[in-house]
Amino acid sequence: MNDEPLKIAGKTFESRLFVGTGKYASGAMMRDSLEASGSQLVTMAMRRVQVDGGEDNIIDYLSRERYHLLPNTSGVRDAKEAIFAAELAREALQTNWLKLEIHPDPKYLLPDPIETLKAAEALVKAGFIVLPYIHADPVLCRRLEEVGVAAVMPLGAPIGTNQGLATRRFLEIIIDQSKVPVIVDAGLGVPSHAAEAMELGADAVLVNTALATAGDPVRMSMAFRLAVQAGRIAYESGQGARQQQAVASSPLTAFLGE
Amino acid sequence: MSFCDIVSGLSWEGVMSSISEKTAQDVERALARPSGRVTLEDFQALISPAAEPYLEQMAGLSHARTVERFGYTQQFYAPVYLSNVCSNVCTYCGFSATNQIPRKILNDQEISDELDAVKALGMDHVLFVTGEANLRVGVPYFKNAFNIARDRFSSISMEVQPMDQEAYEALIEVGLSAVLVYQETYNRETYAAHHLKGMKRDFDYRLETPDRLGRAGIKKIGLGALYGLDEWRVDTYYVAAHLRYMEQTYWKTKYSLSFPRIRPHEGEFEPKSVMTDRDLVQLICAYRLLSPEVDLSLSTREHEVFRDHAYKLGITTMSAGSKTNPGGYAVDAQTLEQFEISDERSPAEVAAMLRAGGYEVVWKDWDSTYDGFPGVGALNRGQRFPAPV
Repeated sequence: MNDEPLKIAGKTFESRLFVGTGKYASGAMMRDSLEASGSQLVTMAMRRVQVDGGEDNIIDYLSRERYHLLPNTSGVRDAKEAIFAAELAREALQTNWLKLEIHPDPKYLLPDPIETLKAAEALVKAGFIVLPYIHADPVLCRRLEEVGVAAVMPLGAPIGTNQGLATRRFLEIIIDQSKVPVIVDAGLGVPSHAAEAMELGADAVLVNTALATAGDPVRMSMAFRLAVQAGRIAYESGQGARQQQAVASSPLTAFLGE
Repeated sequence: MSFCDIVSGLSWEGVMSSISEKTAQDVERALARPSGRVTLEDFQALISPAAEPYLEQMAGLSHARTVERFGYTQQFYAPVYLSNVCSNVCTYCGFSATNQIPRKILNDQEISDELDAVKALGMDHVLFVTGEANLRVGVPYFKNAFNIARDRFSSISMEVQPMDQEAYEALIEVGLSAVLVYQETYNRETYAAHHLKGMKRDFDYRLETPDRLGRAGIKKIGLGALYGLDEWRVDTYYVAAHLRYMEQTYWKTKYSLSFPRIRPHEGEFEPKSVMTDRDLVQLICAYRLLSPEVDLSLSTREHEVFRDHAYKLGITTMSAGSKTNPGGYAVDAQTLEQFEISDERSPAEVAAMLRAGGYEVVWKDWDSTYDGFPGVGALNRGQRFPAPV
């Protein structure tokens, strides 16, 4: 199996590591870390973007030539707020790409599946390329596919917890079933978590906290870049982990002969 | 059901003796809990005298958990005092009705000038503060102030007299995002001894304010006690219990905690219990271990040296360059203050201190466009970034 670059909504990405922009000690540190990650897709919270300019604005550190911007709706609590935030993002950043995040629960920041589906449907109709952040729920993924999202972004573990693939069993089902790219988002704390997600067959991973809060964000970004590559190569090399149904060791149809 | 029911099930003396009986073993058990799994029982151990030898370890854990959740960032906000007229008589407050100070309620022009001055400091989040004057500084006054401020600031919160649920609902509609309402002390008798006249005498109405805010669907609620009125450890436990109750009951709301210590002011108040810097650090760390996600806010009541060290221990929100008198930013007359500030540096100076320490200031963490207001967002300004290539 030869690797083809990842395509989402017609756009090609050589790197399968997507990154965030929060929690960095400075804009310069973020810029250097993103560069070391090799990422081509960067997400940022619209609530943090100073659309009329300002000191240490995230946007000022991001080259539009190098990075495809994926504004996100972090902070919104329902579909209505998400749609307002999406419109702001489209106007301000001149992109119709959107990471749809609706987490009404400020404790674990877990996504609301009902509001997310509602907003996704409306936003797709309004011409957005929607990448929803969701729980690792295979049925929800199918429902979102049906309304036309460009990819799904199931979580590995709650945002910022660095706990790895707590949802592994469900991610396997999603990857097995999904007709749109699957980007494992949230909870990836160390490079081996990212490698594990890629070995499972995820199309990409999104990492922020593990990079931004590392002792040396630049070197940690390099480590994640390599881990994502390694995991992808392992997956392509035919480990065949996607088969979920048991294969009997004494086949029931053996009596039929050749 | 409200938090009043929880409070009536607690006894002040019972909590006090339970805290004082905590042992090193209790503290170690609390410290061994995974992030977010500290119980209220554990919390008693963490604020107890038994935890004092563990302060460095608590600080390390608190720092790490704060960074994991919030990154290397501090949010800035600016208090804007709209009025110092107050019908309450409170023993510890500079605005107390019996204090012979000039009184001032900012008019539209003065509010506007004040907001311009705050905006010029780089601030994007304002906190409206007033005394209690329900007739002149009630819902209509606040609505007007929100209308003046909304297109200039991303977040507007307030710290004013407690209100009914309907009043909060009306103000949320015009842009209110957070309300800070401190119980001052959770000891009913002590509360009565310090709140001598006015609406603020009603302990239960104040205690139920966060419930009314939660029912109104506010985004964020600030809780806290005023230290100096009664035993800090016991009041702190009540704040923690209040937070837990609120988090479970109004789960869509965010919370912040503050820990003001009484400062010199117009009255002549002698604190009953003194909270030392060391005590305050213990409290900050204990709060962080109790809740990895709660905002912890440090104001300019605290002195420079303390702030320059404490911000790494669990703090997520700071004010800077604050003026605590109506008109203080625009006219710069340090009279009529509610309390004296201790850290008089400008926001830019505090930001530089934080940057030198490896932290970035978050000036903006919301956009009123999210709420459907054509506010500071680009939609209203026609601002554009370069189109994608």
